[in-house]
Amino acid sequence: MTWTLIIVVSVGAYALKAAGLVGVGVRDFPAPVRNVIALIPAAVLSALIVKDTFTNGHDLQVDARAIGVAVACVAVWRKVPLWLVIVLACATTGTARAIS
Amino acid sequence: MGRAKPPSKATDDWSGIIGPALGLGFAVFAFGLSFGVMCIDAGGSVPKAMATSLLVFTGASQFSAVSVIAAGGSAVSAVAGALILASRNAVYGVAVAPSLRGSLPYRLFASQFTIDETTGMTLAQDTPERRRRAFWVTAASIYFFWNTATLIGALAGSSIDTQKYGLDVAFAAAFVGMLAPLIRSPRARRVAAAGAVVCLAATPFVPIGAGIIVAALVALVGLKPSKESAPIIATGGPA
Repeated sequence: MTWTLIIVVSVGAYALKAAGLVGVGVRDFPAPVRNVIALIPAAVLSALIVKDTFTNGHDLQVDARAIGVAVACVAVWRKVPLWLVIVLACATTGTARAIS
Repeated sequence: MGRAKPPSKATDDWSGIIGPALGLGFAVFAFGLSFGVMCIDAGGSVPKAMATSLLVFTGASQFSAVSVIAAGGSAVSAVAGALILASRNAVYGVAVAPSLRGSLPYRLFASQFTIDETTGMTLAQDTPERRRRAFWVTAASIYFFWNTATLIGALAGSSIDTQKYGLDVAFAAAFVGMLAPLIRSPRARRVAAAGAVVCLAATPFVPIGAGIIVAALVALVGLKPSKESAPIIATGGPA
Protein backbone atom coordinates (compact mmCIF):
# COMPACT_ATOMS: atom_id res chain seq x y z
CA MET A 1 0.00 0.00 0.00
CA THR A 2 1.90 3.03 -1.25
CA TRP A 3 0.76 6.64 -0.93
CA THR A 4 0.71 6.87 -4.72
CA LEU A 5 -1.73 3.96 -4.89
CA ILE A 6 -3.98 5.50 -2.25
CA ILE A 7 -4.03 8.90 -3.95
CA VAL A 8 -4.67 7.46 -7.43
CA VAL A 9 -7.54 5.29 -6.18
CA SER A 10 -8.96 8.23 -4.16
CA VAL A 11 -8.92 10.58 -7.14
CA GLY A 12 -10.26 7.93 -9.50
CA ALA A 13 -13.06 6.84 -7.17
CA TYR A 14 -14.08 10.44 -6.54
CA ALA A 15 -14.01 11.22 -10.27
CA LEU A 16 -16.37 8.31 -10.95
CA LYS A 17 -18.78 9.40 -8.21
CA ALA A 18 -18.78 13.00 -9.47
CA ALA A 19 -19.08 11.85 -13.09
CA GLY A 20 -22.48 10.44 -12.25
CA LEU A 21 -23.80 13.03 -9.84
CA VAL A 22 -22.31 16.18 -11.36
CA GLY A 23 -21.30 15.17 -14.89
CA VAL A 24 -24.23 13.14 -16.11
CA GLY A 25 -26.62 14.50 -13.51
CA VAL A 26 -30.32 14.08 -14.12
CA ARG A 27 -29.85 12.70 -17.62
CA ASP A 28 -28.73 9.07 -17.73
CA PHE A 29 -26.09 6.84 -19.25
CA PRO A 30 -27.04 5.04 -22.47
CA ALA A 31 -28.81 1.77 -21.57
CA PRO A 32 -26.04 -0.60 -22.76
CA VAL A 33 -23.40 1.29 -20.74
CA ARG A 34 -25.65 1.26 -17.71
CA ASN A 35 -26.26 -2.48 -18.06
CA VAL A 36 -22.56 -3.25 -18.30
CA ILE A 37 -21.75 -1.08 -15.28
CA ALA A 38 -24.57 -2.71 -13.32
CA LEU A 39 -23.21 -6.20 -14.03
CA ILE A 40 -19.57 -5.40 -13.18
CA PRO A 41 -19.90 -5.91 -9.40
CA ALA A 42 -21.38 -9.41 -9.88
CA ALA A 43 -18.44 -10.44 -12.09
CA VAL A 44 -15.73 -8.74 -10.03
CA LEU A 45 -16.98 -9.64 -6.54
CA SER A 46 -17.28 -13.32 -7.45
CA ALA A 47 -13.81 -13.17 -9.00
CA LEU A 48 -12.47 -11.60 -5.78
CA ILE A 49 -14.15 -14.34 -3.73
CA VAL A 50 -12.47 -17.16 -5.65
CA LYS A 51 -9.17 -15.25 -5.79
CA ASP A 52 -9.12 -14.81 -2.01
CA THR A 53 -10.28 -18.40 -1.44
CA PHE A 54 -8.50 -20.59 -3.98
CA THR A 55 -5.40 -18.76 -5.17
CA ASN A 56 -1.94 -18.23 -3.79
CA GLY A 57 0.02 -16.05 -6.18
CA HIS A 58 -0.26 -17.78 -9.54
CA ASP A 59 -1.19 -21.13 -7.98
CA LEU A 60 -4.61 -22.56 -7.35
CA GLN A 61 -4.98 -24.28 -3.99
CA VAL A 62 -7.66 -25.55 -1.66
CA ASP A 63 -6.92 -25.03 2.03
CA ALA A 64 -8.50 -23.85 5.29
CA ARG A 65 -9.77 -20.71 3.59
CA ALA A 66 -12.23 -22.73 1.51
CA ILE A 67 -14.10 -24.05 4.54
CA GLY A 68 -14.39 -20.56 6.07
CA VAL A 69 -15.77 -19.11 2.84
CA ALA A 70 -18.16 -22.07 2.49
CA VAL A 71 -19.48 -21.23 5.95
CA ALA A 72 -19.86 -17.60 4.84
CA CYS A 73 -21.92 -18.70 1.82
CA VAL A 74 -24.26 -20.76 3.99
CA ALA A 75 -24.53 -17.94 6.54
CA VAL A 76 -25.39 -15.37 3.86
CA TRP A 77 -27.93 -17.77 2.37
CA ARG A 78 -29.47 -18.16 5.86
CA LYS A 79 -29.65 -14.34 6.12
CA VAL A 80 -27.23 -14.12 9.04
CA PRO A 81 -26.19 -10.47 9.76
CA LEU A 82 -23.08 -9.53 7.80
CA TRP A 83 -20.87 -8.85 10.80
CA LEU A 84 -21.61 -12.35 12.05
CA VAL A 85 -20.92 -13.81 8.60
CA ILE A 86 -17.41 -12.35 8.76
CA VAL A 87 -16.87 -13.58 12.34
CA LEU A 88 -18.09 -17.11 11.51
CA ALA A 89 -15.93 -17.35 8.39
CA CYS A 90 -12.77 -16.18 10.20
CA ALA A 91 -13.43 -18.41 13.22
CA THR A 92 -13.96 -21.44 10.99
CA THR A 93 -10.76 -20.90 9.02
CA GLY A 94 -8.80 -20.13 12.19
CA THR A 95 -10.12 -23.28 13.88
CA ALA A 96 -9.44 -25.43 10.81
CA ARG A 97 -5.83 -24.22 10.83
CA ALA A 98 -5.46 -24.82 14.55
CA ILE A 99 -6.58 -28.44 14.36
CA SER A 100 -4.81 -29.40 11.13
CA MET B 1 -41.74 17.71 -8.51
CA GLY B 2 -43.51 21.04 -8.83
CA ARG B 3 -46.15 20.08 -6.29
CA ALA B 4 -46.26 22.03 -3.07
CA LYS B 5 -45.16 19.95 -0.10
CA PRO B 6 -48.00 18.92 2.19
CA PRO B 7 -47.75 21.00 5.37
CA SER B 8 -47.21 19.66 8.90
CA LYS B 9 -45.38 16.50 7.87
CA ALA B 10 -42.06 17.91 9.00
CA THR B 11 -41.87 16.08 12.30
CA ASP B 12 -42.43 12.70 10.74
CA ASP B 13 -39.92 13.20 8.02
CA TRP B 14 -37.11 11.73 10.04
CA SER B 15 -38.93 8.55 10.95
CA GLY B 16 -37.75 5.58 9.01
CA ILE B 17 -34.51 7.37 8.19
CA ILE B 18 -32.39 7.65 11.32
CA GLY B 19 -32.96 4.08 12.55
CA PRO B 20 -32.06 2.33 9.29
CA ALA B 21 -29.15 4.74 8.73
CA LEU B 22 -27.69 3.79 12.11
CA GLY B 23 -28.36 0.11 11.36
CA LEU B 24 -26.36 0.40 8.14
CA GLY B 25 -23.64 2.18 10.10
CA PHE B 26 -23.33 -0.75 12.50
CA ALA B 27 -23.31 -3.14 9.55
CA VAL B 28 -20.37 -1.40 7.90
CA PHE B 29 -18.52 -1.39 11.22
CA ALA B 30 -17.48 -5.04 10.80
CA PHE B 31 -16.32 -4.32 7.26
CA GLY B 32 -14.35 -1.31 8.47
CA LEU B 33 -12.63 -3.32 11.22
CA SER B 34 -11.65 -5.99 8.68
CA PHE B 35 -10.39 -3.30 6.34
CA GLY B 36 -8.24 -1.68 9.02
CA VAL B 37 -6.71 -4.98 10.12
CA MET B 38 -6.03 -6.24 6.58
CA CYS B 39 -4.66 -2.90 5.40
CA ILE B 40 -1.96 -3.19 8.06
CA ASP B 41 -1.43 -6.84 7.14
CA ALA B 42 -0.87 -5.80 3.50
CA GLY B 43 1.99 -3.52 4.56
CA GLY B 44 -0.04 -0.39 5.22
CA SER B 45 0.10 1.87 8.27
CA VAL B 46 -2.51 3.56 10.43
CA PRO B 47 -2.26 6.86 8.44
CA LYS B 48 -2.51 4.96 5.15
CA ALA B 49 -5.53 2.95 6.29
CA MET B 50 -7.23 6.13 7.50
CA ALA B 51 -6.41 8.09 4.34
CA THR B 52 -7.89 5.26 2.28
CA SER B 53 -11.15 5.10 4.21
CA LEU B 54 -11.51 8.89 4.46
CA LEU B 55 -10.63 9.63 0.83
CA VAL B 56 -11.55 6.58 -1.24
CA PHE B 57 -14.66 5.89 0.84
CA THR B 58 -16.14 3.09 -1.21
CA GLY B 59 -15.75 -0.22 0.58
CA ALA B 60 -15.63 -2.82 -2.17
CA SER B 61 -12.92 -0.88 -4.04
CA GLN B 62 -10.83 -0.48 -0.89
CA PHE B 63 -11.12 -4.19 -0.12
CA SER B 64 -10.27 -5.06 -3.69
CA ALA B 65 -7.13 -2.90 -3.74
CA VAL B 66 -5.86 -4.30 -0.42
CA SER B 67 -6.71 -7.83 -1.51
CA VAL B 68 -4.65 -7.47 -4.69
CA ILE B 69 -1.69 -5.92 -2.86
CA ALA B 70 -1.86 -8.58 -0.11
CA ALA B 71 -1.71 -11.29 -2.79
CA GLY B 72 1.45 -9.73 -4.22
CA GLY B 73 -0.21 -8.01 -7.17
CA SER B 74 1.05 -4.82 -8.80
CA ALA B 75 -0.20 -1.34 -8.03
CA VAL B 76 -1.58 -1.16 -11.58
CA SER B 77 -3.73 -4.26 -11.03
CA ALA B 78 -4.85 -2.93 -7.64
CA VAL B 79 -5.86 0.46 -9.07
CA ALA B 80 -7.58 -1.02 -12.12
CA GLY B 81 -9.61 -3.51 -10.07
CA ALA B 82 -10.60 -0.86 -7.53
CA LEU B 83 -11.71 1.63 -10.16
CA ILE B 84 -13.62 -0.94 -12.21
CA LEU B 85 -15.57 -1.72 -9.04
CA ALA B 86 -16.00 1.99 -8.31
CA SER B 87 -17.64 2.56 -11.71
CA ARG B 88 -21.03 1.62 -10.23
CA ASN B 89 -20.87 4.77 -8.11
CA ALA B 90 -21.27 6.75 -11.36
CA VAL B 91 -24.59 5.00 -11.91
CA TYR B 92 -25.55 5.71 -8.31
CA GLY B 93 -24.71 9.37 -8.87
CA VAL B 94 -27.21 9.51 -11.70
CA ALA B 95 -29.80 7.76 -9.52
CA VAL B 96 -29.49 10.23 -6.65
CA ALA B 97 -28.95 13.38 -8.76
CA PRO B 98 -32.66 14.34 -8.87
CA SER B 99 -32.71 14.30 -5.04
CA LEU B 100 -29.56 16.40 -4.71
CA ARG B 101 -30.19 19.39 -6.89
CA GLY B 102 -28.21 22.42 -5.82
CA SER B 103 -25.12 24.47 -6.46
CA LEU B 104 -22.03 22.95 -8.05
CA PRO B 105 -20.04 22.93 -4.76
CA TYR B 106 -22.98 21.20 -3.05
CA ARG B 107 -23.09 18.45 -5.67
CA LEU B 108 -19.29 18.11 -5.70
CA PHE B 109 -19.39 17.61 -1.94
CA ALA B 110 -22.29 15.17 -2.13
CA SER B 111 -20.39 13.14 -4.73
CA GLN B 112 -17.93 11.83 -2.14
CA PHE B 113 -20.81 10.12 -0.31
CA THR B 114 -22.47 8.58 -3.36
CA ILE B 115 -22.06 4.91 -2.49
CA ASP B 116 -24.15 1.76 -2.10
CA GLU B 117 -25.75 2.53 1.26
CA THR B 118 -26.60 6.18 0.65
CA THR B 119 -28.08 5.37 -2.75
CA GLY B 120 -30.14 2.49 -1.36
CA MET B 121 -31.51 4.59 1.48
CA THR B 122 -32.21 7.58 -0.78
CA LEU B 123 -34.10 5.60 -3.40
CA ALA B 124 -36.16 3.85 -0.72
CA GLN B 125 -37.86 7.14 0.30
CA ASP B 126 -41.06 8.41 -1.19
CA THR B 127 -40.72 12.20 -1.26
CA PRO B 128 -37.93 14.46 -2.58
CA GLU B 129 -37.38 15.97 0.88
CA ARG B 130 -37.13 12.57 2.56
CA ARG B 131 -34.77 11.41 -0.17
CA ARG B 132 -32.44 14.34 0.41
CA ARG B 133 -32.50 13.81 4.17
CA ALA B 134 -31.97 10.07 3.84
CA PHE B 135 -28.92 10.69 1.68
CA TRP B 136 -27.25 13.01 4.20
CA VAL B 137 -28.19 11.11 7.36
CA THR B 138 -26.93 7.86 5.85
CA ALA B 139 -23.79 9.57 4.57
CA ALA B 140 -23.00 10.89 8.05
CA SER B 141 -23.69 7.53 9.70
CA ILE B 142 -21.65 5.46 7.24
CA TYR B 143 -18.77 7.94 7.13
CA PHE B 144 -18.55 8.01 10.92
CA PHE B 145 -18.78 4.25 11.49
CA TRP B 146 -16.62 3.27 8.51
CA ASN B 147 -13.75 5.55 9.52
CA THR B 148 -14.01 4.84 13.24
CA ALA B 149 -13.95 1.11 12.53
CA THR B 150 -11.00 1.48 10.16
CA LEU B 151 -9.07 3.31 12.86
CA ILE B 152 -9.80 0.65 15.50
CA GLY B 153 -8.98 -2.15 13.05
CA ALA B 154 -5.75 -0.51 11.96
CA LEU B 155 -4.65 0.17 15.55
CA ALA B 156 -5.39 -3.44 16.48
CA GLY B 157 -3.98 -4.77 13.22
CA SER B 158 -0.33 -4.57 14.14
CA SER B 159 -0.83 -6.84 17.15
CA ILE B 160 -3.05 -9.45 15.48
CA ASP B 161 -1.87 -12.65 13.83
CA THR B 162 -4.29 -12.57 10.90
CA GLN B 163 -3.52 -16.13 9.79
CA LYS B 164 -4.11 -17.58 13.24
CA TYR B 165 -7.57 -16.04 13.53
CA GLY B 166 -8.50 -16.74 9.94
CA LEU B 167 -8.79 -13.03 9.22
CA ASP B 168 -7.47 -13.61 5.73
CA VAL B 169 -10.96 -14.83 4.78
CA ALA B 170 -12.66 -11.70 6.17
CA PHE B 171 -12.65 -10.04 2.75
CA ALA B 172 -13.92 -13.12 0.93
CA ALA B 173 -16.73 -13.43 3.48
CA ALA B 174 -17.56 -9.73 3.06
CA PHE B 175 -17.54 -10.13 -0.72
CA VAL B 176 -20.01 -13.02 -0.39
CA GLY B 177 -22.30 -10.72 1.60
CA MET B 178 -21.97 -7.94 -0.99
CA LEU B 179 -22.57 -10.32 -3.89
CA ALA B 180 -25.72 -12.00 -2.56
CA PRO B 181 -28.21 -9.16 -3.21
CA LEU B 182 -26.77 -8.70 -6.70
CA ILE B 183 -27.42 -12.16 -8.05
CA ARG B 184 -31.16 -12.37 -7.76
CA SER B 185 -31.59 -12.38 -11.54
CA PRO B 186 -30.52 -15.41 -13.63
CA ARG B 187 -28.41 -13.19 -15.86
CA ALA B 188 -26.50 -11.76 -12.91
CA ARG B 189 -25.98 -15.28 -11.54
CA ARG B 190 -24.53 -16.39 -14.87
CA VAL B 191 -22.25 -13.35 -14.93
CA ALA B 192 -21.07 -14.05 -11.37
CA ALA B 193 -20.39 -17.72 -12.14
CA ALA B 194 -18.54 -16.82 -15.33
CA GLY B 195 -16.53 -14.16 -13.49
CA ALA B 196 -15.36 -16.74 -10.95
CA VAL B 197 -14.41 -19.29 -13.62
CA VAL B 198 -12.62 -16.71 -15.76
CA CYS B 199 -10.66 -15.43 -12.76
CA LEU B 200 -9.48 -18.90 -11.74
CA ALA B 201 -8.68 -19.88 -15.32
CA ALA B 202 -6.67 -16.68 -15.85
CA THR B 203 -4.78 -16.77 -12.53
CA PRO B 204 -1.82 -18.94 -13.60
CA PHE B 205 -1.26 -16.87 -16.76
CA VAL B 206 -1.82 -13.20 -15.92
CA PRO B 207 -0.09 -10.92 -13.38
CA ILE B 208 -1.27 -11.46 -9.79
CA GLY B 209 -4.54 -9.60 -9.24
CA ALA B 210 -5.21 -9.11 -12.95
CA GLY B 211 -7.60 -12.08 -12.93
CA ILE B 212 -10.33 -9.87 -11.49
CA ILE B 213 -9.86 -7.38 -14.32
CA VAL B 214 -10.14 -10.14 -16.92
CA ALA B 215 -13.26 -11.35 -15.07
CA ALA B 216 -14.79 -7.87 -15.29
CA LEU B 217 -14.91 -8.30 -19.08
CA VAL B 218 -17.72 -10.81 -18.52
CA ALA B 219 -19.95 -7.83 -17.68
CA LEU B 220 -19.78 -6.85 -21.36
CA VAL B 221 -22.65 -9.30 -21.92
CA GLY B 222 -24.68 -6.37 -20.61
CA LEU B 223 -24.30 -4.85 -24.09
CA LYS B 224 -26.74 -7.49 -25.28
CA PRO B 225 -30.28 -6.33 -24.57
CA SER B 226 -32.10 -8.30 -21.90
CA LYS B 227 -35.58 -8.19 -20.49
CA GLU B 228 -34.16 -8.43 -17.00
CA SER B 229 -33.34 -5.11 -15.47
CA ALA B 230 -30.04 -5.22 -13.66
CA PRO B 231 -30.23 -4.32 -9.95
CA ILE B 232 -28.79 -0.96 -9.17
CA ILE B 233 -27.61 -1.49 -5.60
CA ALA B 234 -24.54 -3.58 -4.92
CA THR B 235 -24.35 -3.96 -1.18
CA GLY B 236 -26.92 -4.15 1.52
CA GLY B 237 -29.18 -1.22 1.24
CA PRO B 238 -32.14 -1.13 3.56
CA ALA B 239 -34.12 -3.64 1.51
